[in-house]
Amino acid sequence: MPSPLEALIDLSGTPAALTAQADTMLERARWASEVYQRYDRTRVMRIAEAVANAAHEKAEAYAEWAVRETGFGVVAHKKIKNELTARPFLDYYRDWDFVNPRTDPNTGVVEVPKPAGVIFALIPSTNPIATINFKAICAILTRNAIVMSPHPAARECCVDAARMLAKVAEAAGAPDGIIQVVEKPAIPLIDQFMKSDKTDVILATGGNAMVRSAYSSSNPALGVGPGNAPCYVDNSADLKHAAYCISESKSFDNSVLCTNESVLIAHAAIAEALARELEKTGCHICNEDETAQLRTYLFHDRGFNIEAIGREATWIAAKAGLRVPPKTKVLITPISMIGVDEPLSKEKLCPVLAMVSATSRSQAIATARAVLRFQGAGHSSAIHCKDAQTILDFAAAVESYRVVVNAPCSQGAAGFGTNLAPTFTVGTGFFGRSSIGENLGPQHLVHWTRVAFGAESRDLARGVSSSGYSLPGPLPEAPSDGVPGKSAMSLGQMSSAGGSLPADPNYAALREEIRRVIAEELREALKG
Amino acid sequence: MVSEAKAEFLERSKEFWNPGKTQFWQDQDVDLVIDKREGYHLFDMDGRRLIDVHLNGGTYNLGHRNAELIAVMTAAAARFDMGNHHFPALARTALAETIAACMPGDLQYTIYGAGGAEAIDIALKTARNATKKKKIVSIVKAYHGHTGLAVKTGDARFSKLFLSEDTAGEFIQVPFNDLNAMEDALKRRDVAAVIMETIPATYGFPMPKEGYLPGVKRLTERYDALYIADEVQTGFMRTGAMWGVNKYGIEPDIMVLGKALTGGIYPISAAVVSKRHAGWLTEDGFGHISTSGGAEIGCCVAMKVLEITQRPEVASMVRYIADFVRAGLNRIQAQYPDWFIGIRQHGVVMGLEFNHPEGAKPVMKHLYKNGVWAIFSTLDPRVLQFKPGILMTQASCEDLLRRVDIAIGDARTEVIGSGSRRAG
Repeated sequence: MPSPLEALIDLSGTPAALTAQADTMLERARWASEVYQRYDRTRVMRIAEAVANAAHEKAEAYAEWAVRETGFGVVAHKKIKNELTARPFLDYYRDWDFVNPRTDPNTGVVEVPKPAGVIFALIPSTNPIATINFKAICAILTRNAIVMSPHPAARECCVDAARMLAKVAEAAGAPDGIIQVVEKPAIPLIDQFMKSDKTDVILATGGNAMVRSAYSSSNPALGVGPGNAPCYVDNSADLKHAAYCISESKSFDNSVLCTNESVLIAHAAIAEALARELEKTGCHICNEDETAQLRTYLFHDRGFNIEAIGREATWIAAKAGLRVPPKTKVLITPISMIGVDEPLSKEKLCPVLAMVSATSRSQAIATARAVLRFQGAGHSSAIHCKDAQTILDFAAAVESYRVVVNAPCSQGAAGFGTNLAPTFTVGTGFFGRSSIGENLGPQHLVHWTRVAFGAESRDLARGVSSSGYSLPGPLPEAPSDGVPGKSAMSLGQMSSAGGSLPADPNYAALREEIRRVIAEELREALKG
Repeated sequence: MVSEAKAEFLERSKEFWNPGKTQFWQDQDVDLVIDKREGYHLFDMDGRRLIDVHLNGGTYNLGHRNAELIAVMTAAAARFDMGNHHFPALARTALAETIAACMPGDLQYTIYGAGGAEAIDIALKTARNATKKKKIVSIVKAYHGHTGLAVKTGDARFSKLFLSEDTAGEFIQVPFNDLNAMEDALKRRDVAAVIMETIPATYGFPMPKEGYLPGVKRLTERYDALYIADEVQTGFMRTGAMWGVNKYGIEPDIMVLGKALTGGIYPISAAVVSKRHAGWLTEDGFGHISTSGGAEIGCCVAMKVLEITQRPEVASMVRYIADFVRAGLNRIQAQYPDWFIGIRQHGVVMGLEFNHPEGAKPVMKHLYKNGVWAIFSTLDPRVLQFKPGILMTQASCEDLLRRVDIAIGDARTEVIGSGSRRAG
């Protein structure tokens, strides 16, 4: 129902309203971040633990909610992702210190951490809760405040989850407003947040248009680009294991992770055998007609059919008019071309995998490069191979910043089950028109002030680095004089004058007397 | 240095506007002529910038020329003007409904004025009509404005000048924070109402003792008088709650709103009355007439003010501002304990007390030199009124404290000299 004012005058959507809406949240976030920077590492870690634990406990409930609301993905897999971005994610970064100064042992340069301040974070509809957990913990670990803007398709679960984490963080001692969520996200409002000079950095995870818009906002942005991972299976590979990995990865949360394998490149010598192994793991190899039907269903003139994002293989098969066994996990479409003449060589956020064969290793590498040239530059690739030199040749040649070896790419490139940093924002670097080429983590949300000593002052550096570094912690509560239990006295603040004195008349009289004496002295002094 | 243009302007100001007031500020070394204004900043006509922590008693609570308020005023002007005071009016009723929704207790009817003092007169007249009694009790050094009845509740300085002081014994003043005196004034049951600023502003924000305001409310109930809360300066989130009385647990019979109600964009004021005390609205609805009272453009602005003020983010900001500024003031006080002797605070309502009967005046002057505008308390010039806005940014608060530190030190040097007692 509109308010009495809105019934007369509706300002919603006007520049004044949008600016105010963004500024109100961003200024509150600024206060929160400034106060949070007074916190020491013990307090920070206490809050991070509380947030990670709460996120972990709610992993399943929000997985169900996200699937229900968006229609994307698989509850069991979303639960795993929501959990991975909770306790295990915190465990990965537990020993990193983003709070205390450090000294570079080689150069003697002392470094003091400076959080970004206010983060504006886009939350995609495909991995909503995992991204919220991930970004919230990144912010908490680095003493930043974060304002999250969920994709409208996942709005309700995101708003609820972000509010829950905010409440938990505050209960654990975080400044209020350290985690905020935009409750009614809309493009003009998001633009306002992105271009505001009150935003310090944008974490842009989402569709290409949104990411480009973040980069065009004039604010620093850390963003992803689209994926389209080529996955090469070499003739040296353990085919059974490769098939298992590929099938697990493509069916994991129905391929909504942008790190999922998109084009399978099989060495011609093993292509047939690999196909048989894939069939054993629940993949359906399409014939030419079926491939054509899927091509038509998945790719419209305007691009990928979003209805298919994160759907089960059998659901997609039915929609495309294919008859497949009921246990089918992945649909494999053999193709012969890469690039503009074959839409199936593009990114597919669903369990459909294109397959092409290569007659040699060099042809396989050329194909992988072609896939990434077409789409997904800077993102991810995978290789199944037992030959170290081939792996290195492949990694050196492909224009992606992660190459996952003998593992599922969906999970592996995002740092789960591999030795990469776990993330839900995959930097696509210069190839992918992004500012970072690594997996985004908390370390990207802090810059360090380098304290450089002149040659004669090097000894001081040792003193600086070893001296204790103390942080004052939360701001004490200001008094509300006259409110029982809230006066300056009861809050243990400095003594104060006037009505804030305790009611004791003797004390008041004494105070008056002191005031009179001081005033007299003062008058004398002024005369003199 | 005053520019030639400003000097010439000041002469005209003395000639055509107000020679006494114009000269007063020159004597105080405050040669301010406010020109442009933006957010919490004032710009003198010679170009100097000042952080405004006077805010005209909270009028500019949401900042000068708040963009949302300008937008709503502009949109309102495309449809409304002041309106016709005789007729039911869309915006007036919409605001009355909006006000009722955020009032404590059963306050329901909004009766409009143009300025705060008019709303005070409305409140006093309403109380007299409701109780059929004439006496009004206020506190010594009270300040409720300058109209016919309001001026009689306040300091004689403003009534005697115009031969308008109470001579019929209808206006009684009792000391603040003294429940016995209050009871003595009420116990003959011949008092219509007690009128109270929740924290007396012009008196330098002496804070009510614990239990004082609820005690006064109980006494009014016991002796059949009404409790009128003047929330012109303590309302609108300035104490961290929507109304100052909320924090002291009081449900007044009448509440008076002004200043911040329209953010300094299009002035109106209001007295909000419970149904059982608003009989005259039925008896003779034309009993109080005010052509510009509740001007409809102002009503639209006021609805926006109430909406902005009640955003959850704003409550959070007020806490941060109050805590941060207090922490800073505590640090400054620790440096000049013999000079800066007290901090009175409730939310962003603050009074800074100095160790000299007129100590706030030199502090005001040095603040002005250092780019901050705050004003001494007219009725207790030991105390500086210090009123940060509720949307102040962290950076602005930090800048404010840096300047306040310097100014308080400079004022101390001027009054006491630079020797002794300075700590740290």
